[in-house]
Amino acid sequence: MTKPVNAIEVKGLKKYFGDNKAVDDIDLTVPSGVIYGVLGPNGAGKTTTINMLATLMKPDAGSAKVFGHDVVKEANAVRQLIGVTGQYASVDEKLSAIENLVIFGRLLGLSRSESKAKATELLEEFGLTEAAKRPLAKFSGGMRRRLDLAASLIAQPPLIFLDEPTTGLDPRTRNRMWDTIRRLVKNGSTILLTTQYLEEADQLADRIAVIDRGKVVAEGTPNELKKSIGAATLQLHISDAKRITEAAQTIKKVLGVDTQNPEPKLITAPMRDPDTVTDLLVAFKEVGIKLDEVSVQKPSLDEVFFALTGKTNSAKKGKK
Amino acid sequence: MATSTMIIPGEKRVVKNHTSLKQTIQNSLTMAGRGLIKVRRNPEQLFDVIIQPILFTLMFTYLFGGAIAGNVANYLPIIIPGILAQTIVTASVVTGTQLREDMDKGVFDRFKSLPIARIAPLAGALIADIVRYVIATGLTFCMGYIMGFRPEGGILSILAASLLVIAFAWCLSWIFAFFGVIARSASSVQGFSMIILFPLSFLSNAFVPVNTLPEWLQWFVNVNPISHLITAIRDLVNNGTIGVDFWLSIVGGLVILAIFVPLTVRAYMRKA
Ligand SMILES: Nc1ncnc2c1ncn2[C@@H]1O[C@H](COP(=O)(O)OP(=O)(O)OP(=O)(O)O)[C@@H](O)[C@H]1O
Ligand SMILES: [Mg+2]
Repeated sequence: MTKPVNAIEVKGLKKYFGDNKAVDDIDLTVPSGVIYGVLGPNGAGKTTTINMLATLMKPDAGSAKVFGHDVVKEANAVRQLIGVTGQYASVDEKLSAIENLVIFGRLLGLSRSESKAKATELLEEFGLTEAAKRPLAKFSGGMRRRLDLAASLIAQPPLIFLDEPTTGLDPRTRNRMWDTIRRLVKNGSTILLTTQYLEEADQLADRIAVIDRGKVVAEGTPNELKKSIGAATLQLHISDAKRITEAAQTIKKVLGVDTQNPEPKLITAPMRDPDTVTDLLVAFKEVGIKLDEVSVQKPSLDEVFFALTGKTNSAKKGKK
Repeated sequence: MATSTMIIPGEKRVVKNHTSLKQTIQNSLTMAGRGLIKVRRNPEQLFDVIIQPILFTLMFTYLFGGAIAGNVANYLPIIIPGILAQTIVTASVVTGTQLREDMDKGVFDRFKSLPIARIAPLAGALIADIVRYVIATGLTFCMGYIMGFRPEGGILSILAASLLVIAFAWCLSWIFAFFGVIARSASSVQGFSMIILFPLSFLSNAFVPVNTLPEWLQWFVNVNPISHLITAIRDLVNNGTIGVDFWLSIVGGLVILAIFVPLTVRAYMRKA
């Protein structure tokens, strides 16, 4: 028996575009047979990371291995082990769905009839049979996404990269995509997916790496991550916006945590122990910082994200 | 609905890190096939190789025929080889623009992530374009025939001339493929190629006898490889002979290959 090899092992991976440190010293370990979520805001370096792992781009430094094969030195071997569904459609617009799949099948070494059979099977599986012969220009976003994923599965690769597989899909289509992803893992594939939706990572992933500005800022199971953020968030509306820094210092002193201030008069802090809140209120009273409102919020998914990356995640809606 | 087949785990797979020559050829042919499907889907891609032979033969023959050769019948043996060469040189430019367009598309990223020969998309494009040259060549000779051109050399000489001109176009298309690979956009390839194309195709002996030109221009026309190609075609179809220009054209084509195949492949592999 061969001993189990990690699907992905990344050490000190770097990619700079000029001064832009798109990927800056990333370490990742993805065991075989799991769904691994890479979570991060726009421009975090998710796509750049996938591109290097999928041999589309050469790293500037560091090493990355797929099932023990180096992505630079053994690029062709790695390509035999992966399926890639990029962020943007990577199928041929001018051809029909079936023509696309047949060409990819032929390129992967299947015979003419094998690729036809495989294409038909995949189109059926992804509910695209009706549209098989139509030009892609008439496909909806969801259909394109599914075709793209189907194209990545022709060779039944043990490792599949999915770059934002559900961005831009409606909730029902997204749920179907999630089911498909779960089924792939049940069949023995390993999946690395990127997403901007914490909910998605939470639902699907066995482990999550949160990346921001090219660095891994947190890694663990979804539960571990949520715990590390704190069970709830304390929200304090301060009467005098000028004293916000002072308030932050007080919180740091009493609760020992870092704060965010998303609005001029609003300051938020992770709340681990509700008992300490009384101490904080007393401290505020002592220094004379007046509060308009105090509330406690259970961690919404966006908040967890915000706490880790320092950015709100609502920007995602503006993007394609 | 579900594919119940279990995936073979990554560590148990036998993978190889090189592509064999056989696979390279197969992949290139698949890519060429893809190019042909695209042509079938968008026949307007063939617009240039269909319209140009028809339009140019009619236009130039009736425009210049009387002035240069006395009448149309006498002008046909001069003009048909000229237009053939010009059409095919123009046709070879498209290789570059189409390659650039293709490389900018998302599907190229997928090709790059597949375990195929790196060179296959480039090779496939260059192979598929041969169809364009065949169409352009066939149409030009057909137009000539309709207008009354009966080459002395006979059918074999026409076949030989066709092969020569198609082979030459293929060599030439490597130049434009190179621009296609290094350029930023399809329109810059187009612009760039036109700068090369116009002097090459018009400053030749395609339409007028060289001795009517000013001396400095004669010098350029005489070194222009397209002039040699045209003379070679005229020798073949009009006299059935293979002269020095035939060999010069072949050498010219080989020189282009010797320079531009390594350049193009190197530039391409850096991006692929
Ligand atoms: N080819 C490139 N040339 C120059 N800069 C690039 C290139 N690709 C990405 N970048 C930059 O690298 C950074 C990371 O980009 P990347 O696409 O990896 O982010 P992402 O996490 O995938 O974002 P998104 O959620 O928007 O897809 C960005 O600042 C981006 O502008
Ligand atoms: Mg991205």
